[in-house]
Amino acid sequence: MALRLKIWGCRGSVPAPGADTVTYGGNTSCVEVMLEDEEALVFDAGTGIRALGADLVRRGARQINLFLTHLHLDHLEGLRFFAPLWNPAVKLEIWGPRSPVLSLRERILRGFSPPLFPLDFRDVPAQVTFHDLPGEPWRRDGLTLFTDLVLHPGPTLGFRIESGDAVLAYVPDHEPALAGIEDRTLDWLSAGAIARGADYLLHDSQYLEDEYPTKIGWGHSSVADAVAYSRAVGAERLVLFHHEPERSDQGLESLLSRARELADGDEPPVLAREGMEIELG
Amino acid sequence: MTPPQKHLVLILAREFASNLSTPALVADARWRLVYYNEAAEAYVGKRFAETGEVALDEWLASFEPRTAGQEPLPPERRPGRIAFDERRASHLRFHITSADGVERDIEVTAFPLFAHTDEFVGVVALFWTV
Repeated sequence: MALRLKIWGCRGSVPAPGADTVTYGGNTSCVEVMLEDEEALVFDAGTGIRALGADLVRRGARQINLFLTHLHLDHLEGLRFFAPLWNPAVKLEIWGPRSPVLSLRERILRGFSPPLFPLDFRDVPAQVTFHDLPGEPWRRDGLTLFTDLVLHPGPTLGFRIESGDAVLAYVPDHEPALAGIEDRTLDWLSAGAIARGADYLLHDSQYLEDEYPTKIGWGHSSVADAVAYSRAVGAERLVLFHHEPERSDQGLESLLSRARELADGDEPPVLAREGMEIELG
Repeated sequence: MTPPQKHLVLILAREFASNLSTPALVADARWRLVYYNEAAEAYVGKRFAETGEVALDEWLASFEPRTAGQEPLPPERRPGRIAFDERRASHLRFHITSADGVERDIEVTAFPLFAHTDEFVGVVALFWTV
């Protein structure tokens, strides 16, 4: 079975709408792996999930699995405006990281109540269930999804989706350089098992190299580290993701040029773009 | 899916240890030595890359741990083993003979690593000459 995905949001940190970002988009992280029938598989609930929600309503999706890498606002703030959440006929399963002491459900409910939102989660009409991750691989229709914790402040996951020979790795918020990249074997590399040999690796590349030194420990990668990481895990193609909100379309294209220069000899990286569709396998 | 992946907490523990000037070692949940830092090399006599991952008890035995009275120190009284077996922090002063043949009076503090309250992933031990 071919693996098809669509990017609904790829901006990092905070939405960045405006004339300078129309090409690559200003919505925060949300990616859909497109399934048949009335089912949907969604990664992250940044503001990109709002438009996806409207589309799922139009498509009549009734069974939705939402996998959250983590609960930073740019990956969660769209959930409250995700139209299927307000439909009692929808079954929404939310998968994401528990903290060392709180379940995923307890963590999400903290942000889904006054004073951050006028309603409580108990007012949500959809049939919602929560699942703590990491856990056993998740399987559906020939597709297998693996999760593991990755290097980013707070409990954060990376996802690996396999379908036949096709492998997609989604690691949007990741700072592997904190624990080393080039000098590490794969088993000591953050998310090494998730990203290993992926056909497409959607990976954090928020900063230019000269920006990174003042942002070390913030949980994101420089373009050089993204390229080095992609090479270290043997990914076929790197998709530069989690764009810095201050970066214009023109600025992103400069970052892409730098990535391609660094990837000399490898498959040229590409920029994630809102509305972009990718087919694997 | 994969070859075994080290738990993120172990990756972070290794990174923590690699930046310390205090000798430190990291063991995994199977009681295997998975890393020691440069500061520990003075005691061990070789780099970790040369040692590789090994069962910890037999590796530690080569340092002949013993009490102040020069009696062999049984594994169950060693701080690392207590951290592993009893899942609690432990501290002890005892003697070893390091790889260079020097007898050393050392203190060891070991503590268990829990990713979640029910998820034990390994042990960190810090040690220094008294």
